[in-house]
Amino acid sequence: MLPYITRRLLISIPVLLGITVISFIIMKLAPGNPVDMLIDPNTPPELLDAKKEMLGLNSSFIVQYWHWLSGLLHGQLGYSFSSYAPVAGMIGERIGPTLLLALTALLIGLLIAIPLGIASAVRHNKAFDHTMTGLAFVGLSIPPFFLGLGLIYLFTLKVHWLPTGGMSTLGGEGGIGDTLRHLILPASVLAVGIVGKKIRYIRASMLDVLGQEYLRTARAKGVKESLVVYKHALRNALLPILTVIGTEIPVLLGGSILVEQIFQWPGIGQLTMQSILSRDYPTLMALNLAAAIVVMASNLVTDILYSFADPRIQYR
Amino acid sequence: MRVSELELQDAAAGLLESSSSGALLRQQTDSRGTGASNDIETSPSAGLFRQVAGRFVKHRLAVIGLVVTSLLIVIGILAPLLTPHSPYAVTASFSAAPSGDHWLGTDQVGRDVLSRLIAASRVSLIVGFSTVGLYITFGTLVGLISAYVGGWLDMIVMRVTDMFMAFPFLMVILVVVSALGASLNTIIIVLALFSWPAVARLVRSSILSLKQLDYIKAGRALGYSAPRIWFRHLLPNALGPIIVNATFGIASAIMSEAGLSFLGMGVQPPAASWGNMLSDAQSLTVLTDQPWLWVPAGTMLLITVLAINFVGDGLRDALDPKR
Amino acid sequence: MTTNTVIHEDALAARSALPIARLDNVRTYYPIRKGVFSRTDGYVRAVDGVTLNIYPGETLGLVGESGCGKSSIGRTILRLEDVHEGRIWFNEEEITHYSDRRMKPLRTQMQLIFQDPYASLNPRQRIGELLAEPLRAHKLSDSRGTAMEVDHLLDLVGLPRASKERFPHEFSGGQRQRIGIARALSVQPKLIVCDEPVSALDVSIQAQILNLLQDLQKELGLTYLFIAHGLGAVKYISTRIAVMYLGQIVELGDKNSLFDSPRHPYTKLLLEANPVSHPRLRQREKVVLEGEAPNPADPPKGCRFHTRCPYAQAKCQEEEPRLDGSLHAAACHYPLW
Repeated sequence: MLPYITRRLLISIPVLLGITVISFIIMKLAPGNPVDMLIDPNTPPELLDAKKEMLGLNSSFIVQYWHWLSGLLHGQLGYSFSSYAPVAGMIGERIGPTLLLALTALLIGLLIAIPLGIASAVRHNKAFDHTMTGLAFVGLSIPPFFLGLGLIYLFTLKVHWLPTGGMSTLGGEGGIGDTLRHLILPASVLAVGIVGKKIRYIRASMLDVLGQEYLRTARAKGVKESLVVYKHALRNALLPILTVIGTEIPVLLGGSILVEQIFQWPGIGQLTMQSILSRDYPTLMALNLAAAIVVMASNLVTDILYSFADPRIQYR
Repeated sequence: MRVSELELQDAAAGLLESSSSGALLRQQTDSRGTGASNDIETSPSAGLFRQVAGRFVKHRLAVIGLVVTSLLIVIGILAPLLTPHSPYAVTASFSAAPSGDHWLGTDQVGRDVLSRLIAASRVSLIVGFSTVGLYITFGTLVGLISAYVGGWLDMIVMRVTDMFMAFPFLMVILVVVSALGASLNTIIIVLALFSWPAVARLVRSSILSLKQLDYIKAGRALGYSAPRIWFRHLLPNALGPIIVNATFGIASAIMSEAGLSFLGMGVQPPAASWGNMLSDAQSLTVLTDQPWLWVPAGTMLLITVLAINFVGDGLRDALDPKR
Repeated sequence: MTTNTVIHEDALAARSALPIARLDNVRTYYPIRKGVFSRTDGYVRAVDGVTLNIYPGETLGLVGESGCGKSSIGRTILRLEDVHEGRIWFNEEEITHYSDRRMKPLRTQMQLIFQDPYASLNPRQRIGELLAEPLRAHKLSDSRGTAMEVDHLLDLVGLPRASKERFPHEFSGGQRQRIGIARALSVQPKLIVCDEPVSALDVSIQAQILNLLQDLQKELGLTYLFIAHGLGAVKYISTRIAVMYLGQIVELGDKNSLFDSPRHPYTKLLLEANPVSHPRLRQREKVVLEGEAPNPADPPKGCRFHTRCPYAQAKCQEEEPRLDGSLHAAACHYPLW
């Protein structure tokens, strides 16, 4: 296992480097540049040039990339082009809300998907199972922005139970209760996607376990069916179910962009959109790199967990 | 991303097994007798297509999905003939409620919502099919050649796919689209650019196991050229998982386009897209008082994606009878 | 090293024509990859110094346990594997380093029949297409000629002509093997490598296929390299037999001589492992072949068989025996006769 992890980590270095190079190229392809975007068009050209010089935009592509990379190796992510704040600080500020949103969604999603998936497998090919399959597909087919708008319409505009967006009531007292009320809708939207995907997966892995010989033996011995399901089968199905959590993290990361936009949730997703609109390269580079690391790390963790869950899988 | 790949690989392995040497088949055929028996009937035999179609029609939701999808395709193709008004024509009534003349009302600048809805269906289908056509072709070729040639080429290809797959999908697409400028072509190319690696991996793993089979070795021993082996022997036998992947891919490309358009990074007004129609609903007035501006677009999107996903599920079951 | 063998082969050559295929000290290795950068970490020595002639019209049986490299020899002769060392001739033309393109015209002269009739036919091709494709790939006939040729091939292997409309999965194992044979015959080869062609089949069908192979040999003047892991089929069909152990040939002789009086202890043990039909022929004392064959990536020093040989002596652990040059050759320091 250890050589396998080492191998994966070593491979990830050139992959990450490649990602930064490609990201850099993409950003340089952009026709506009941040100075033009930010500054009053009547500014004299000398001043513009001085500004570009200051931001390092006049040097060649390779020099700019090298500058960025060496900064990174010294633990420097640079400064935002738009707010001039250190990028690391900006990301640090936004990561908390995104994590809160993503983890809540994951928790809600699994709490719904696991029992439904198991029930679906137990009632295999019965009406309940078919209904669940249908609903699962609706869950993963419904556009998050449409669902988000629908939920705002229902819970905010019709019954006035929940706030439309943000993370806390403006001018309000704040507090956990307030945050939770703001959290419910965006987290639910993200959770619906998870439920849609995971019901099918959990159902399949549960069916796999339920078909095993040792469960047939247990049944033949006269063990009660509920005991078979909850004591024998669930224990063996749960581990593979839990391992796939890792695969959801990158998905949540992507989904948060849309959801944070709809609900004005002050997280990484909103920061991404703002940076894209203002062509804030240093922030985008850092966001891209951070997201790539998260994606690769969760893939690795998933694969490792997988091998614990299923000892038959051998990694070279 | 990771697990769906694993699942697809499983499906690939299953398909290979069932198409080459299913144990059941073996028993059935062996009981037919030995040697040059005379029990071969002269009627033409059912090809694989008919078997798959037979299993597909048993999946009720998939059949419904196929009907709906076909209907949508017809609407998309005939869109210019079906729209009651021009989707771009501005009328005097802004944000008018549904009426006899405008069945689904008009939008904020006074365009007919129903016409825009129909025009947008064409955009969605173009994005879905072109994106998938593009990346399935490219990914399949890359996976095929990578697996067949092996060695250094294979290793480099795998690292490149690693790289593309580690990009956070929506984020990088947003960045690229904003860099290149949003247009239908950009969206299609960018979506394809970040979708081919999964196909390349899927095809590669199918081909790696297929190429061990004796009929591929027989092809080499018979002196067949590499392209002949690729396109006549390897690819037809790896097609099942590719088709399934492509079907789900169409749904997800349509969804991605809508997402981009919703964020203002996709199809640009005045062109119509379900995504940018929904994006106009991000105001509380529209949301509460003008549901015709956002409910139809969202519903169409949901129906389209759902129908195509059902077709994909049906195909998966039909192509892999073990599940 | 090869001089002795050459004398022996010359003696045989006097009986017949020039060899159709010739291997000289051929080694076929497969790399073992390991570690972070998949560097090559040793080799599986599948074929490790084999010198062998195959003469026109003969059936050379090649026997050995699974993993001894017998299939690799077959595939090496056909140049489906790259040779690590040594030289290969086909009809006196050296093909050791021929590219796929240069091999292409020769592919019509050498063919391969597979062990598993289920894996050797493309499940998506109808039989007619499967048999016509080689003719098209080599432009051996026009479309009308191709259709007639397909019928002829089906006749040859004893399948009804209607078979060409069907898919492989509609046939039994034996029928599929006939299709595989027909495909090999389609290009009118001189040499056919039969890689365990009957071991996946029911015993009752094995005889039919062996008879078919023999009939075809007579009718078409074919040469066979017949690979098998047991001695049963080989005894039935071969004229000469080579016994392989861990990538090397340990005994080579005429069928009768080898069966009646084996010289190498390994051959003797193989023969004894074969069930004998008649009770009176069964020997009382039986020496059993024990243990597993050693790892071909790391073969034992000296005689490769010494770890399992009941007659092994000190010399066997040190010195590698060579195939001696007699008509019935054995690679053993202490042959049984």
